[in-house]
Amino acid sequence: MHPILKLVTQRLALGLLLLLAASALIFIGVELLPGDVAQSILGQSATETALRNLREELGLNEPALTRYFKWLFAALQGDLGTALTNGQSISKAVGERLGNTLFLAFWAALFSVPLAIVLGLIAVRYRNRWPDKLISGITLSTISLPEFVAGYLLMYLFTVKIRLFSPISTIYSGMSLGEKLSAIALPVMVLVLVVLAHMMRMTRAAILNVMQSAYIETAELKGLRPFVIIARHAFPNAIAPVVNVVMLNLAYLVVGVVVVEVVFVYPGMGQYLVDHVTKRDLPVVQACGLIFAAVYIGLNILADVISILANPRLRHPK
Amino acid sequence: MNDELKYLLGRTVQGKHSRRAFLGRAGALGVSAAMANTILAGAARAQEPKKGGLIRMGMQGGESTNTLDPALAASEVPFAVNMTWGEMLTDVDPHGNLDMRIAEEVSSSPDAKTWKFKIRQGVEFHNGKTVTAEDVLATMQRHSDESSQSGALGIVQGIESMSAEGDMFTVTLASGNADLPYLMGDYHLIIQPNGGRDDPAAGIGAGPYKVVVNEPGVRHGFEKHANYWDDRIGHADQTEILVINDTTARVAALQAGQVQMINRVDPKVYGLLKKAPGILVHATPGRGHYVFIMHCTAAPFDNNDLRMALKLAINRQEMVDKVLGGLGSVGNDFPINSAYPLFDDTIEQREYDPDQAAFYYKKSGHDGTPIVLRTASGAFPGAVEAAQLYQQTAAAAGIPLEIKREPDDGYWSDVWNVQPFCASYWGGRPVQDQMYSTAYLSTAEWNDTKFHNEKFDGLLIAARAELDNAKRKSMYAEMAHILRDEGGLILPMFNDFVEGVSDTIGGWESDPNGELMNGRAHVKCWLA
Repeated sequence: MHPILKLVTQRLALGLLLLLAASALIFIGVELLPGDVAQSILGQSATETALRNLREELGLNEPALTRYFKWLFAALQGDLGTALTNGQSISKAVGERLGNTLFLAFWAALFSVPLAIVLGLIAVRYRNRWPDKLISGITLSTISLPEFVAGYLLMYLFTVKIRLFSPISTIYSGMSLGEKLSAIALPVMVLVLVVLAHMMRMTRAAILNVMQSAYIETAELKGLRPFVIIARHAFPNAIAPVVNVVMLNLAYLVVGVVVVEVVFVYPGMGQYLVDHVTKRDLPVVQACGLIFAAVYIGLNILADVISILANPRLRHPK
Repeated sequence: MNDELKYLLGRTVQGKHSRRAFLGRAGALGVSAAMANTILAGAARAQEPKKGGLIRMGMQGGESTNTLDPALAASEVPFAVNMTWGEMLTDVDPHGNLDMRIAEEVSSSPDAKTWKFKIRQGVEFHNGKTVTAEDVLATMQRHSDESSQSGALGIVQGIESMSAEGDMFTVTLASGNADLPYLMGDYHLIIQPNGGRDDPAAGIGAGPYKVVVNEPGVRHGFEKHANYWDDRIGHADQTEILVINDTTARVAALQAGQVQMINRVDPKVYGLLKKAPGILVHATPGRGHYVFIMHCTAAPFDNNDLRMALKLAINRQEMVDKVLGGLGSVGNDFPINSAYPLFDDTIEQREYDPDQAAFYYKKSGHDGTPIVLRTASGAFPGAVEAAQLYQQTAAAAGIPLEIKREPDDGYWSDVWNVQPFCASYWGGRPVQDQMYSTAYLSTAEWNDTKFHNEKFDGLLIAARAELDNAKRKSMYAEMAHILRDEGGLILPMFNDFVEGVSDTIGGWESDPNGELMNGRAHVKCWLA
């Protein structure tokens, strides 16, 4: 078997085990929270009778373990069930939300990853001179700004002062691509500002590390232009750490953007998950949790594979 | 009419000036009050509704867990959504009068035990079926039978039997209740085809708009129900409710013109938003109130002297000013204010009195250990700050309070109605009887102050069946006195509904029944 194929298979098997463990942890976590779905739905207006009837209908009277295994067997057969709170099909609702989340993450990544890497290369080319300091200064300030502050600032600038974009980023089927892109312009900007610094700094550090090598000196002595040296000779050898950071940030764009979703009223997975945790809607929390875990695991496997491909030495473990 | 008067008039009709301010300014211009009143009435009448267009509301209080089943509606967005597609037997108008909706007429037996509702002819559900008395019966049965999960169960459980015959729906109560027609206007009791038994969350009702888009927690879209019976409401062709839970985003959406109305304007930005061009901010006094509740059965609150000390140790005006930003009114330790019919305004206002508080505290013989007050930021907006203010003013009277901040999560199941002293809120009810029956009758399920008073209970039951309003009013006043002086309720303030509305909207009316014109602003207003 090809060593990379073997590695991917091993990682995937391990990933499935991790998902199983995650589902158990999520279940325990939600069970530990005070109150249950019935109480959360009826809130302050709950009467004992109404609570009893609702619990009966939602099957909450069964022991926790029974409920977990029932859910697990259904999920293994591809049936995510329906939300306890409003009876909507989970796979359909999650499908739409996940699509929205991936749409936003895709456009944020499309702008931020190349931008971060190019800025990183420029920073190395002019290291310790003003372009380097300017790039570092700006990106470090944007990462230090909490997401919601950045969001409000952009909202104030581009929706209230200059009416360029809409403050509400709600997208729905039936909108053209252009309308959708205009709607998500502000959240994409915020996300780009947030993830830029991390990737840029990593690119810069990794390349600087390689710049000490003898072959870079050779390239310099050959008379190559500094930017060609960095892009052609140094960067390929610095890919592994950069890819790791890029993947971490991509995972963040999918999993961790709930604040941006709330500020711009974007119908993504984050807000959907938070709502259902608040209501103790276990099947939905499980579905979202597992998707998030799978995204993390998948992107990490991808990062490892790319690192190995980029560095022949890693292909032959000792 | 001179230009200045015209300008004033325009501002007043738009709501930028109060009626009183208009009369004052008009007087300064040499116009008599009677004349000014006539001018004003004419101008208000001249605002004719315009048909067509799309009205959008941006609202806080929606989650992706929401359902269209009216039995399970609890937060603001499901409430407004249900008011768009659904209709009840009756409703309460902004002046507290009964508004006949699906029921055209109502009559009762002299003991107020048997009520007959005549069902309006030719009202059509969105699926094309005609609304019948059987549908009404099935609806009420779904909310009241033994398998009911409805939030209205507490309201309808006094019903002994119901029947439908021809166009007549008859309710027989276990004991008389003069307010039954008001209770039938409860927002859970939306009439659905076959009572919603087939699919409770289908969103098929007899309201002015049909559900077109239902994305809980994101947006709800509606289009006009062509065969709707009442052309006094439902002016826009389409309407949409966007869920915008973030306060800043909601205000920005209004300013950018993406939505024409928003609920829950933060008192902190009230003054600023008022100055924004093209936006009107309305503060509407309602029946909702913020409270601190003591269990009258649990030590040390089982001692009425201690309860009195704690009632005297709160500075109500300061709370209204600081917690509500002045957008509210002071409470008087009973849950009724002038927004209720039959309110007695002669009941003496309780004031902050540290000396008296200290006197009662001493008299109660409390051992001086700190009294634990539980609060959470979700108990009501500003509940933590209000508790801290309370701690300060109580300390000035020598009463030690210890604030315990609880998590929002699980507050309504683990703290409220469980712990003996905590912060809470009530949304108010359309009539006094319902408010008292919900939370102050000894046997009430939500008797969250554990208040047991035979005389109070007796008066409540007697007033319920009393059809003479003068007698009823004096009974309610007596009950208010009992609750104010012996109850476990500390009610420092009634909160206003604060809402932002674009000046492109016509027909805004202040409605104490609920926020955004009782959830119907988008249904009753029009694009001017």
